[in-house]
Amino acid sequence: MKLDTSGLESAAPVWAASNELADGFSAAPSFELPNTTDFDGFQKEAIQMVKPAKGTTTLAFIFKEGVMVAADSRASMGGYISSQSVKKIIEINPYMLGTMAGGAADCQFWHRNLGIKCRLHELANKRRISVTGASKLLANILYSYRGMGLSVGTMIAGWDETGPGLYYVDSEGGRLKGMRFSVGSGSPYAYGVLDNGYRYDMPVEEAAELARRAIYHATFRDGASGGVASVYHVGPNGWKKLSGDDVGELHYKYYPVMPSTVEQEMVEVAGA
Amino acid sequence: MARYDRAITVFSPDGHLFQVEYALEAVRKGNAAVGVRGTDIVVLGVEKKSTAKLQDSRTVRKIVNLDDHIALACAGLKADARVLINRARIECQSHRLTVEDPVTVEYITRFIAGLQQKYTQSGGVRPFGLSTLIVGFDPYTGVPSLYQTDPSGTFSAWKANATGRNSNSIREFLEKNYKETSGQETIKLAIRALLEVVESGGKNIEVAVMTKEHGLRQLDEAEIDAIAAEIEAEKAAAEAAKKAPPKET
Repeated sequence: MKLDTSGLESAAPVWAASNELADGFSAAPSFELPNTTDFDGFQKEAIQMVKPAKGTTTLAFIFKEGVMVAADSRASMGGYISSQSVKKIIEINPYMLGTMAGGAADCQFWHRNLGIKCRLHELANKRRISVTGASKLLANILYSYRGMGLSVGTMIAGWDETGPGLYYVDSEGGRLKGMRFSVGSGSPYAYGVLDNGYRYDMPVEEAAELARRAIYHATFRDGASGGVASVYHVGPNGWKKLSGDDVGELHYKYYPVMPSTVEQEMVEVAGA
Repeated sequence: MARYDRAITVFSPDGHLFQVEYALEAVRKGNAAVGVRGTDIVVLGVEKKSTAKLQDSRTVRKIVNLDDHIALACAGLKADARVLINRARIECQSHRLTVEDPVTVEYITRFIAGLQQKYTQSGGVRPFGLSTLIVGFDPYTGVPSLYQTDPSGTFSAWKANATGRNSNSIREFLEKNYKETSGQETIKLAIRALLEVVESGGKNIEVAVMTKEHGLRQLDEAEIDAIAAEIEAEKAAAEAAKKAPPKET
């Protein structure tokens, strides 16, 4: 199978005027199909194999002071915890962050690729790319690989000329703009805490604590999430890492062990 | 020398690309076009050859929209212009699709100039025989811009410029008389510049004005005539003031 590098070129626009001269519009990416008797079944199996890998909890929300981004750091392969220290918040450039859920390699590679594209855009146009534009570039690339087994569930968070921006982009080619997102197997638990405690007018510390708590609660209940809860803040001057707390320690911080009063003491029985 | 005309991919011994220079000749024979940038407005004007009686003048539009906030006028081969304009319009929409943002004037100028350059470095094709004047507003900052491209594929930004027939005289006039203007003053300056080389009258020039709020607006004959009349009156007054001896008290 030849290595497919067309994803490294810019994604082709939907309509290209036909002309003799090569415009640098690449043809749709392709690779040879494997020889199987039942290709559709093989495809389904391949997708199923990758699915559980979205074992993670990531979340991001927009509030008055910018965007809060948080994630856990556990990587699991089925029931085996392969790492407790995965960096799931990827620094695309000094003012944009991406979160990782799904295939780690897919997320890392495509986020780095997005970083390259963003930098090239800056150099060509003498201005930073917007969060809208960056997320659209990524979404178009992922769409062109649709059905080929990429597993990416990411949020692009940043601050541009129009203010804070947050987009959810996935490997099905979907792209959503929103104020609050959580992605991964722990997301239902995180949503519960996040939706309950969210206010637009929070100060930064309160928002950070909300994000931290939401990750903690997700790691408490979801087996595929754990490790360290990292919290980042994206403000007008770029992103800054606020904290990275081990969720085990967070547990005892939130629910410290209280010496409880004993109702009945065990008394030593003397003799017979 | 004639041997270096054939395939444009060949340099002449003294470093010329003759096909490109011949294309510039074609531009010099085209209709005069002028562009002026004001603080809140940009104006394009082109010389209009008198329309034949039976010709439907609405189909001979020399100043066109590339997008809601960008317009283009050109001098040279009009058929080449049509091809270039279509490609530019597609690129404007394609940009909106891929980054959800309208193009900046600089971006689309770079695209058009890049296209013109490509045709100077490919086999079996000739360069586009036109120079363009591209005006518009930056979608976010609202700053107006005027750019010019030529058949060699170079481009640059201008406060005011002219291309096509007699462009040197128009440019000289603009260099002498340019000041930062806005609104009606900018329109007057553009028309004055064009009237230096074109017969006076609304039916010999086509003028279009672009503002941030209203986009591109073609001025109709009556308006142009009115402004031309104002200009004539101002000129006459200036002449009279010069002739009359200064009064001494």
